[in-house]
Amino acid sequence: MADNFTFIIDGTEIPARQGQTILKAADEAGIYIPRLCNKDGLEPYGACRVCTVLVNGRPQSACTQPAQPGIIVENDTEELTEMRKQLIEMLFVEGNHFCMFCEKSGNCELQALGYRLGIAAPRFPFMFPQRELDATHPEVFVDRNRCILCGRCVRASRDQDGKNVFQFTGRGIKKRISVNATSRLADTELKSADKAVAACPVGSILKKGVGYAVPIGERIYDHKPIGSDIESKAK
Amino acid sequence: MSTQATGLKRIAIEPVTRVEGHGKVTLLLDENNKIKQARLHIVEFRGFERFVQGRPYWEAPVLVQRLCGICPVSHHLAAAKAMDMVVGVDKLPPTAEKMRRLMHYGQFFQSHALHFFHLVSPDLLFGFDADPAIRNVIGVAKKFPDLAVQGVMMRKYGQELIRATAGKKIHGTGAIPGGINKNLSIEERDFFLKDLDQMIEWSRGALKIAKDYTAENLERLAGFGSFDSNHTSLVREDGAMDIYHGRLRSIDAEGNRIIDDVDYVNYLDYIAEEVRPWSYMKFPFIKSLGPEKGWYRVGPLARINACDFIDTPEAEAERKEFMALTNGKPNNITMAYHWARMIEELHSIEKIQELLHDRDLQGTDLVAKGDMRGEGVGLIEAPRGTLFHHYKVNKDDQITMANLIVSTTNNNEPMNRAVQKVAEDYLSGNEITEGLLNHIEVAIRAYDPCLSCATHAMGRMPLVVELYDAGDTLVDRKVKE
Ligand code: SF4
Ligand code: FES
Repeated sequence: MADNFTFIIDGTEIPARQGQTILKAADEAGIYIPRLCNKDGLEPYGACRVCTVLVNGRPQSACTQPAQPGIIVENDTEELTEMRKQLIEMLFVEGNHFCMFCEKSGNCELQALGYRLGIAAPRFPFMFPQRELDATHPEVFVDRNRCILCGRCVRASRDQDGKNVFQFTGRGIKKRISVNATSRLADTELKSADKAVAACPVGSILKKGVGYAVPIGERIYDHKPIGSDIESKAK
Repeated sequence: MSTQATGLKRIAIEPVTRVEGHGKVTLLLDENNKIKQARLHIVEFRGFERFVQGRPYWEAPVLVQRLCGICPVSHHLAAAKAMDMVVGVDKLPPTAEKMRRLMHYGQFFQSHALHFFHLVSPDLLFGFDADPAIRNVIGVAKKFPDLAVQGVMMRKYGQELIRATAGKKIHGTGAIPGGINKNLSIEERDFFLKDLDQMIEWSRGALKIAKDYTAENLERLAGFGSFDSNHTSLVREDGAMDIYHGRLRSIDAEGNRIIDDVDYVNYLDYIAEEVRPWSYMKFPFIKSLGPEKGWYRVGPLARINACDFIDTPEAEAERKEFMALTNGKPNNITMAYHWARMIEELHSIEKIQELLHDRDLQGTDLVAKGDMRGEGVGLIEAPRGTLFHHYKVNKDDQITMANLIVSTTNNNEPMNRAVQKVAEDYLSGNEITEGLLNHIEVAIRAYDPCLSCATHAMGRMPLVVELYDAGDTLVDRKVKE
């Protein structure tokens, strides 16, 4: 197989390199495929399924699926958008996401995806789960009400910080993000500058005392929808 | 945090029921079919105190606006003031304090304008005995189209000020513990300067309507729903009216000071709340006088009565005229609230003018830092009166206690008295007449209670009035949509 090849996304031919994922190749070509659990610099995880595309007609997660010469990928279609909307809506109702007072508002990837995909109000019933907040650490707090179980903190702590501060416990609806060995964040080696803290796409892991320091109008997604940084690379 | 989930469920449900709720009044008769007692029932939203438990302290100023839609900016600022204390900041950078003040005056300007033009002007322009079919905001728009437009534009001006200082017209984030998150750009400032003169002019006009109406109908209004009372307000250290910050003062009906020059941090030493079995809303009173004699009024009337002067020239001239009516003694006429409110409207726009010309608003030092204290009290004069916020915060930065006394709660006893007075004067026989219903509504409205907040948009106040005889039997019931 050639090292450099091309494939098709939504009718456009784009270049790719051997070993690249579909998502990565699309990014470089300025085509945005929605995603949540994937983050540059972290190993792909394939958990959220928001990046699902059709590869030669079959659903695959673009963040884990390697690009292949000549494949036909569908991304920006009505059906896929509808499916992504449903996934996002389920994430909203499975947690306690109150954007109106959440300090991550305007900087939150989940909220931004909701806006980009045009979600008005979730069509599923809210579940209002009981989730704990861990505020024991002097510089960082975890509000599990807003965790979407993307695992970005787990991978960042393990692979980038070399610490293993976060992992999952429980299964299914009881699955939670937890901290290693003990139940208190204060007893871990976590530092506020750790990559794991910055990795959280939502308002689940936050630096303390920052709050609403950035005014409305100057937050990341106040003016441009999520993905526009990638799309601005399009030739 | 086991209460978390139920707390959360409340937010989703409570405001809806509140919007759909009516103000409810029960009138109790004695053996001679005379009014024994009037009770105004207001469902107060108290879920916040529970819900906020465990949340990080810096969330409170934003959170509280959502749970209490009564006057979000006042709650935002009162909570922020309490959190200034929590983070150990006693003095904000000038830019931060002035931005917050601008936000607050903007809110006053829009809230008072909305109340006056939307809810009150029909009563004043048509007389409150007029047919309700024309005595409403639509009637005003038909007969006085200019006035209706002014109301809308003034409200918008105030809302834009809120947007420029808090980031959003409703539920912004501007005030943060120890300061503010933005300043006012030159472009923003110029946007407001453009229409400023017009706003001042219109405020003068609205004030004139309220003043002339009161003067022309004084004889009748003087007794309408009126009674002697104490008055409570924050006043600036030098005695000036100050709606953003000051010391606690209470005066009696004659103007004698009961509480004066008190640091509001110690409010619990001076103010207590009585619980009555029939009401969800508590009854605050001045401790030294006890619940019987210690209740007081808050809001525009109380503020004008309690202050020594107003520090803007036009409003001060108007205050003097207002006080001259009662020979310098406190004015205890319930219907004078409207006049007082419009003096404050003028004062607010004068303050806005002063602030817009202050270059500190373009400063860049926005937040002060200090050492965490674990407890904070923030008081502010909201459009409807004194608002108390009190929090305790643990060493993990979580709120462990919140206590709020909102403006309408402070006015609870006075509103009940006003209804009682009107009922005594206008009830004849065992029937709730259309006239009585209207008069009760007009008396309650003078206080601009938060129950009318939910109905501002429609410009009406849904009301249920029930009449019980001495044997506790319901003898009449009327609903006013
Ligand atoms: S805490 Fe944040 S980064 Fe970690 S799993 Fe939850 S949402 Fe993802
Ligand atoms: S981004 Fe691909 S599965 Fe989450």
